Amino acid sequence: METPEQIRDRLLARFPGAEISVVANPAPAAQHSLLLGHAPAVEIARFLRDDPTLKLDQCSNVTGIDWPEKEIVETTKSTVPDPAGGPPKVVETKIKRIQPGYLEVVYHLYSIALGHGPVILRLRTGNRTDAVTVPSLTPVWRACEFQEREVFDLFGVVLTGHPDLRRILMWDAFKDFPMRRDYVAPDDYEWEPTPHGDVLEKAKRHYPVPPAAAPVAPAAQEAPKA
Amino acid sequence: MSDNPSAPTPGITQQERDELRRQGILLTSIQELYTWGSSHSVWPLNFGLACCAIEMIAASMAKFDIARFGSEVFRPSPRQADLLIVSGTVTKKMAPQVVRLWDQMPEPKYCIAMGACAISGGPFKQGYNVLKGIDRYIPVDIYIPGCPPRPEALLHGLVQLQEKIRGFKLTGPDAPRHLRADLPCDYPVPEFGAHDLEPPANPDVWKAPVLVRNEKA
Amino acid sequence: MSANDFSPLAPQAGSHVREVHDPLHGELLEVSMGPHHPSTHGVFRMIVTLDGERVMKLKPVFGYLHRNHEKIAENTTYLGSMPYTDRLDYLCSMTNNWAYAIAVEKLSGQPVPERAEYVRVILAEITRLLNHTCLAGFLMQDCGCSGTPLMYAFREREKILDLFESLSGSRMMCNYQRFGGCRVDPSADWLDGARKLTDNYGRFLDEFETLLTGNEIIMARTQGVGALSPELAINAGVTGPMLRATGVNYDLRKVDAYGVYSRFDFRVPLGAHGDVYDRYMIRVLEMRESIKILQQALATIPAGPIMDPKAKLRGFRPKAGEAYGRIEGPKGEIGFYLVSDGSPNPYRYRVRPPSFVNLTVLEDMCLGQTIADAVIILGSVDIVLGEVDR
Repeated sequence: METPEQIRDRLLARFPGAEISVVANPAPAAQHSLLLGHAPAVEIARFLRDDPTLKLDQCSNVTGIDWPEKEIVETTKSTVPDPAGGPPKVVETKIKRIQPGYLEVVYHLYSIALGHGPVILRLRTGNRTDAVTVPSLTPVWRACEFQEREVFDLFGVVLTGHPDLRRILMWDAFKDFPMRRDYVAPDDYEWEPTPHGDVLEKAKRHYPVPPAAAPVAPAAQEAPKA
Repeated sequence: MSDNPSAPTPGITQQERDELRRQGILLTSIQELYTWGSSHSVWPLNFGLACCAIEMIAASMAKFDIARFGSEVFRPSPRQADLLIVSGTVTKKMAPQVVRLWDQMPEPKYCIAMGACAISGGPFKQGYNVLKGIDRYIPVDIYIPGCPPRPEALLHGLVQLQEKIRGFKLTGPDAPRHLRADLPCDYPVPEFGAHDLEPPANPDVWKAPVLVRNEKA
Repeated sequence: MSANDFSPLAPQAGSHVREVHDPLHGELLEVSMGPHHPSTHGVFRMIVTLDGERVMKLKPVFGYLHRNHEKIAENTTYLGSMPYTDRLDYLCSMTNNWAYAIAVEKLSGQPVPERAEYVRVILAEITRLLNHTCLAGFLMQDCGCSGTPLMYAFREREKILDLFESLSGSRMMCNYQRFGGCRVDPSADWLDGARKLTDNYGRFLDEFETLLTGNEIIMARTQGVGALSPELAINAGVTGPMLRATGVNYDLRKVDAYGVYSRFDFRVPLGAHGDVYDRYMIRVLEMRESIKILQQALATIPAGPIMDPKAKLRGFRPKAGEAYGRIEGPKGEIGFYLVSDGSPNPYRYRVRPPSFVNLTVLEDMCLGQTIADAVIILGSVDIVLGEVDR
């Protein structure tokens, strides 16, 4: 099978101006992926499916990943000569920058006809709050239908062009996106016989240490959401 | 009804009763007859939730044969069932349906929480969509631990339930729920909320455990 | 639009037909089957719109067993997720373990000793026997043969579970495989037990098939019902016996040749019509092939370590990266997609559930059939809700 770089070059020749880049995977599996821009994503997907040398006719796996914004500290070292004539000093300057957060949808494509794969596609949203759309690939592979609905349900990615974008696993009135990293689950903690770690911290919130002789108050049922 | 030695018959000793029985005269009380009968024909609801349901099916198959205990009649309709075996993880999406099934079952009815998930959420306790025990909404008679419990454990739980039924009094303050007018027979079905089930527990049924914690300074 | 393109029968927005009144054809009836329904194999729900007995529309509703496996796995260690994979498809814990182990091994480049590969093949094929036998029993139950086939299937299941229990300590939730091998080495006695089971299984299949395969009622009930075209099956991501029943030759044991499958001689049974009967027959034939694989694997299993001595389980921290590992589970392609950020917990943990994806075509197969046929079509898809909803 062609390498992701070869696929990218062929796609760029076929779709000039499209944003396509290869995302390297440092793990031993070396399953590198192609990051696509939004505009021709559906056409690219259709091309990958119908191209005679690739024939990626099966979309096996569709999933979302949440990358919240994070602070990256970059350390640069520079050598400053000592004015007193001693050995030069090494000065570390730290630059903080905020890497903006985004949501990502990952597609794993295989070819049943030719028996190769995977070719991995990635689509990214602009941010995690208001620009959360990516184009849906359900018109190309029916296999994405339920899995994209799941990405919408659990991550809150709006897949434009999906024929039936509703919540799939949670109920319709549910408001949160539970697979996001910053989701806070409803606090229905109950005492466990062996509390440990963060469970112990939760236990302290629910069961404050009683004052010495005072009777123990029953635990609050509906503690405020943390 | 020798399998209920605890129930006394006024004015006659157990010894005399056994002697009469050997002569072919059966002395009993309505209470004994009633509880004996109902304990031996507990019909479960044909209702499986998760992994434990497979072991529940296994318990009704040849090797374990739940029919030996009179409970082989799995009824598909809650209207015909006596026993709700909550066999598996109750998710928050499923909890209203489980409560509704329980409400649809006619009294007398019993509930077995089968497996760690039905008791407390089990291994999935940390899950955002997992109910931390079905006893937050409906009263549970027998808890069977295990993940999943073996079919033998389910049979043991069933025998425990039968013993519990045989110990029922038909009158007085110790009478079971279905014979008392002052106890509720209607359990409110929780609603789907924006973040969680509303309410998150039925306060008439479930109280949070009270913990006395001794913090070492 | 080419033939592969989105089917015109695809679902449209909104799930409920509220009220359709057409004086010529009468009213459509909307029935909610499930989540408590004896024929939906758990807590699956379908909203079926019926014209008389014909299915005009069918919307599956999921999530009644959504127990947050992925979220929990992202908050625990790599090893800590292994017992949870047992509970995905709770009939096939061994293959779930294997799929997860393969994904982690791809992520960290962990080699597996040869003996462990053989043990994995043996356990996966026994699991396939277990799953297909139970499925055939449940499918026949759905067809209306109440009791007998399921009783036979569960009798065999108990024999297999005894084997699993003596190896791993648990009947259903084996938690047996590890990254870089297996947890305990099967003894010679255990291997003898597996040989005995393998040798006797063919006789059970003969008995089972005498009872069912040529049965005229079953043929009338299942042939031509729920037919699926190979084009739609491929496009909809259908895998496993359901895909092969449509005649597509795609078995990951041959295509990926993971583990040591390339050393064994076996064939991939293919169907021709893609109907319920083909799906049943594919599973019976696959069991016969599994017996062949088991006989070869049990005859040639080498001695040696069962775990790679360098494998790390506790405190396992793979380097940053990602991997997608998949195997041919009894229900289809079960895959795990893992993203590591170098911490002890996976950053993203995703299960590719075969029966969830296979349900994509449920509506296409059921349209125009009667409601009783929809029940056996669902039965022939072979779903386990623990895996569908996770």
